[in-house]
Amino acid sequence: MKVVVCIKQVPDTKGGVKFKPDGTLDRGAMLAIMNPDDKAGLEAALRLKDQYGAEVTVVTMGLPKADAVLREAMAMGADKAVLITDRVLGGADTWATSSTIAGALRNLEYDLIITGRQAIDGDTAQVGPQISEHLQIPVISYAEEIKVDEKAKTVEVKRQFEDRYHIVKAKMPCLITALSELNDPRYMTPGGIFDAFDKDVTVWGRNDLKDVDDSNIGLKGSPTQIAKASDKVKKGAGEKIVPESDEAAADYILGKLQEKKVV
Amino acid sequence: MDFQLDAKHEMARSLFREFAEKEVKPRAIEVDETEEFPRDTVEKMQKYGFMGIPIPKEYGGQGCDPLTYAMCVEELSKVCGTTGVIVSAHTSLCCDPILTYGTEEQKQKYLVPLAKGEKLGAFGLTEPMAGTDAQGVQTRAVLSDDGKEWTLNGSKCFITNGKEADIYIIFAYTDVVEDKKGRKQKKFSAFIVEKGTPGFTFGTKENKMGIRGSSTYELIFQDCKIPAENLLGARGKGFPIAMHTLDGGRIGIAAQALGIAEGALERAIEYTKERKQFGRTIAQQQNTQFQLANMATQCEAAKLLVYAAAEAKRTKDRYSVEAAKAKLFAAETAMEVTTKAVQLFGGYGYIREYEVERMMRDAKITEIYEGTSEVQRMVISGALLA
Repeated sequence: MKVVVCIKQVPDTKGGVKFKPDGTLDRGAMLAIMNPDDKAGLEAALRLKDQYGAEVTVVTMGLPKADAVLREAMAMGADKAVLITDRVLGGADTWATSSTIAGALRNLEYDLIITGRQAIDGDTAQVGPQISEHLQIPVISYAEEIKVDEKAKTVEVKRQFEDRYHIVKAKMPCLITALSELNDPRYMTPGGIFDAFDKDVTVWGRNDLKDVDDSNIGLKGSPTQIAKASDKVKKGAGEKIVPESDEAAADYILGKLQEKKVV
Repeated sequence: MDFQLDAKHEMARSLFREFAEKEVKPRAIEVDETEEFPRDTVEKMQKYGFMGIPIPKEYGGQGCDPLTYAMCVEELSKVCGTTGVIVSAHTSLCCDPILTYGTEEQKQKYLVPLAKGEKLGAFGLTEPMAGTDAQGVQTRAVLSDDGKEWTLNGSKCFITNGKEADIYIIFAYTDVVEDKKGRKQKKFSAFIVEKGTPGFTFGTKENKMGIRGSSTYELIFQDCKIPAENLLGARGKGFPIAMHTLDGGRIGIAAQALGIAEGALERAIEYTKERKQFGRTIAQQQNTQFQLANMATQCEAAKLLVYAAAEAKRTKDRYSVEAAKAKLFAAETAMEVTTKAVQLFGGYGYIREYEVERMMRDAKITEIYEGTSEVQRMVISGALLA
């Protein structure tokens, strides 16, 4: 069984979000981590490796420094890693990203593709399902549990859905998007880290992508344009009053609402 | 000369730090308070290979270097000195001598499960009457007439991982020879002893000032029979084996001391930025700033010595002086930085919940065990004046 996991290097929002003067995210000023949903997806794949001996390949698209997130994945137990990096692929929105990743996946063999539900930097949850469309394979999103029947070549997924869950079965190959609630990802091992730095990461550029049109990649192939990005607007301190009675409090509030022309 | 860690070691540090923060830190107060050996943490460390970091893969280890191992002990000790010394004693004092002096059979039988973390290791040299002066060792091993087994009699004290370990490296004298001046000299040998061997029992558990969760026990040997093949290294060569093993051990303890100091510095930075007196944080007072600057400088200097010693262990046959310098400086740094951290915390520093007082108690032992600071000075000056 072959499992491909798509992972993304994202800024660690724990240390606060930092912006450049032009309003775009200052990724260089923030620590980079593996996107949490993707890490859960990788853990799910590694459990399939433990259980069925699946071969796990991790794929990421990003700057050359995204190499680090692939090494981390190999230090956790992934067998192979592919980095898709090329200047012409920069500035991609979800459409261009999914087109690009699908172009890379066409070069790989897979029974299962696992992606995270969404990345903490963009929060779109679009790339995984879009990849499945490009590759014309079924998608099951928001996986909380994954069970594989290797003989029947099927996968059964418990899918989170608002106030309930669905049990969805699909034939492989298919794509699953994973929630960080899916599992508790393992740590790397020290020896795994040393091995990961001895292994090669396959690096692919634009010309290695299969069946991808130039009109669907990079900034030019991105229908989405970001008008403005901003941090949370900080609210000022509220006004505290100590009314003499409940009636006085109600009068005060009503007065304020009238002043703001709410009532 | 390169002072920059490579990406591999940086990633290893991030692993150790994350593990320490998530798995070790939440239990540190309780481990100190209850004096309970953190078996669950050891099991987690086993799962992730922390118990055999510098041991080659063919012997069940991780195949990393002494620097990676030192960084592991450092990061664990930042949040819990007890956990740091469990790994250090196991790796440096039990795995390492078997790797260095063991036969292939001994490595397969003992080192493989130790490095995998399935078994825990300990080391017994110190006795009630023999600490720094090894000639005072009373524990004796006598070989049977048929040469098949040794009989061990005596006791060892202050043994780290004491009752929790499975495999022990024990030193005993096996011969008495006369030197050139006609004085009697004991010749020592090292033995691998398994827990459960008849005649091997445990004495009292020590009630300690610091590293209170580490299992410190007296080991007692009464007509304890050890198979002849469990002699580690050559007969009569126990003393150099012990000294060489302690050279490595001192790098582990230096890393523990470094971690304790850095942990206290981190807490002091956090606290002084929050605590307000006279309308501003105490971090805004120049006294605090100067204290923190001194503490950080000492930590950095200690780190360079510890990492240099770890690198010396990787590249050199002899690293006694590097290890002694690292341990001397890191241990004294740990004591000074933790004491200053408690002072910066004021009254809160004296309260257990704030943890810096525990770090101060944990720091003290690093100036004492695996050779006191005075012994380190003897080693360093001995090399200078040779």
